[in-house]
Amino acid sequence: MKKLMMSLTVAFFAVAVTGQGYAPGDEARDFRLKNVDDGLVSMADFPDAKGFIVIFTTNHCPYAVAYEDRIIALDKKFKSSGYPVIAINPNDPVAYPSDSFENMKVRAEEKGFTFPYLFDETQEIAKTYGATRTPHVYLVNKEVGKLIVRYIGAIDDNYQDASAVKEKYVAAAITSLQAGEPVDPKETKAIGCSIKWK
Amino acid sequence: MKKVLFIVLLILAFVVPIDSQSIEEVNFEELSPLLHQNNDTTYVVNFWATWCKPCVEEIPHFLEVASEMKDEKVKFVFVSLDFPTQKDSRLLPFIEKHRIGEQVILLNDPNSNEWINKVDPTWSGAIPATMIYRGDSRNFHESSLSKEKLISIIKSIKL
Repeated sequence: MKKLMMSLTVAFFAVAVTGQGYAPGDEARDFRLKNVDDGLVSMADFPDAKGFIVIFTTNHCPYAVAYEDRIIALDKKFKSSGYPVIAINPNDPVAYPSDSFENMKVRAEEKGFTFPYLFDETQEIAKTYGATRTPHVYLVNKEVGKLIVRYIGAIDDNYQDASAVKEKYVAAAITSLQAGEPVDPKETKAIGCSIKWK
Repeated sequence: MKKVLFIVLLILAFVVPIDSQSIEEVNFEELSPLLHQNNDTTYVVNFWATWCKPCVEEIPHFLEVASEMKDEKVKFVFVSLDFPTQKDSRLLPFIEKHRIGEQVILLNDPNSNEWINKVDPTWSGAIPATMIYRGDSRNFHESSLSKEKLISIIKSIKL
């Protein structure tokens, strides 16, 4: 009986955890967030895009930093074929001063970000999407006017060494979408810095 | 002069303990048995990294509880997800500074999608995260633990 109760508890929490945020196939909401150029950016601003590589990331997180060059490369590679990167920092700058809006501007300038780097000040977008860590990717595809989440997870399978990567999850997912094939895997996990909630 | 220098160095070698602490570096397969011990000890396995602020903030709680429970069958293991290239520059100095006497293991297995679910299917991959278990009785916790919460989980597992 005790074991059954425990299994039920575990099952309940599993549902509770996965129940938050989006799963592949869900419709994603658009946003309107402040960009490092002081303008506001929404997905609706890109009528010609076929989809978006939405990446929750931060300045401070070493895992996110390890992926910065790869995020720039993703944008350069896929923007022209209709899948630009939109980076969003959801972190609480009170806990992490290096993740403040001012420091986002500095970092975007230093690294020469080729994509919008938005500040999710209220953390509403990260919560709605279900982001828990940085970097955390949501690949969104435009399908008959709707924004459908088609892939959630890591950029690739090796945060330490870009040259040792075997599977480029995001790139492969976009290639599948372009070919009209199902995305596989639809979801991956990766170690990352937990997002500090307010 | 050379002789004096040699003697000074020799004395220093004995007086100043050479950093002999080495940290075991493992892949997930090698770490795995530590997550499945089947005996009457409660294992507290904490996943952390020196660059992870909430991890570093909760470690003192773990060390306090480890010290308070040192006579009980509770074993603490800190599994570091630091970059292996920063083992000497960050991890070892951190362990010394915080006098972590408990076991520290460096998990060097970059393809984390392969193993996160094997630790616990509810884990998103964010750290800190802690697995507390004894035999089949398991409690996985993603996010920071207070000292009180840690003690209460350990006690609930021991029942």
